[in-house]
Amino acid sequence: MKSLRLLVPLAIFIVIVAFLWAGLSRDPREVPSPLVGQPAPAFQLAQLHAPDKRLSTADMQGQVWLLNVWASWCVSCRIEHPLLVQLAKADVVPVIGLNYKDKADEGKAWLAQHGDPYKLSIVDGDGRVGIDWGVYGVPETFVIDKRGIVRYKQIGPITAEALQQKILPLVRELQKT
Amino acid sequence: MRWILAALLAVMVCVQADPALDVRLKKLEEELRCLVCQNQSLADSTAPLAEDLRREVRQLAVAGKSDEEIKQYLVARYGDFVLYRPPVKSTTWLLWFGPFVLLAAGGVIWWLILRRRGRKDEDDVLPPDDAVTAGVEKARELLDRPME
Repeated sequence: MKSLRLLVPLAIFIVIVAFLWAGLSRDPREVPSPLVGQPAPAFQLAQLHAPDKRLSTADMQGQVWLLNVWASWCVSCRIEHPLLVQLAKADVVPVIGLNYKDKADEGKAWLAQHGDPYKLSIVDGDGRVGIDWGVYGVPETFVIDKRGIVRYKQIGPITAEALQQKILPLVRELQKT
Repeated sequence: MRWILAALLAVMVCVQADPALDVRLKKLEEELRCLVCQNQSLADSTAPLAEDLRREVRQLAVAGKSDEEIKQYLVARYGDFVLYRPPVKSTTWLLWFGPFVLLAAGGVIWWLILRRRGRKDEDDVLPPDDAVTAGVEKARELLDRPME
């Protein structure tokens, strides 16, 4: 009985260590989006390469698509960009680029230099649509299903792992329904 | 000339800051978290997103939205994380009430220890143990025995 009581502080210590350890391995920058499971916020924005034409969320209804938030000033966009170019070549799912708080010329030049994986890019110059989508860091990528519901949000650059294990399986599954 | 003056005055009235609104927004923005630099409030942060969100909050306030409505607007986009004061709901019960539960548990343990210690003291003072009595008797007997 007495020796059991001596173990109590050790047990408390182990519980605290377990909580702290779990906390260490979580990224505080990844704020879960309340948007997942909700209808995609509507937008109607001018296209980067054809400013007189617009694209709205309604135009994408009926297909699974990705919305990738990017900017020419965004350094970590360069990390994920080759993966997007590869994805575009495979032609699995249309990717719409949201050119976030960027200058049109610089955005176009950036795509010319690094390759343009987007079906088309739309311009969110003042970041208002970004706010509606809960964007707080670039890049971010959303998966939207056929009914226009947001199904997944990738915060920060897409990694090969995230693409193969999360995004592509989800896209394939959503395309089946 | 008078016309120009009137126009100028009108512009000045429009531009003039509304001190009451400023105070209200400042207070509200101090309760909102900047998502880019997470340990700063929206009021303190100089991040571009914080600037955008302050502009958005001001526009909503000017449009007549209440503080609660503005908070809901941000929560719908960024989640409860934007609130420095998390809402009380089933997933945050541990956060809100955990400290009080720990305090109460500590109080109970403290009370148990005090009660046990109190009883031990009573034992010492009140009915003496048989073994102790026997020991005392033995000692007295030894002391009383004449030296050889």
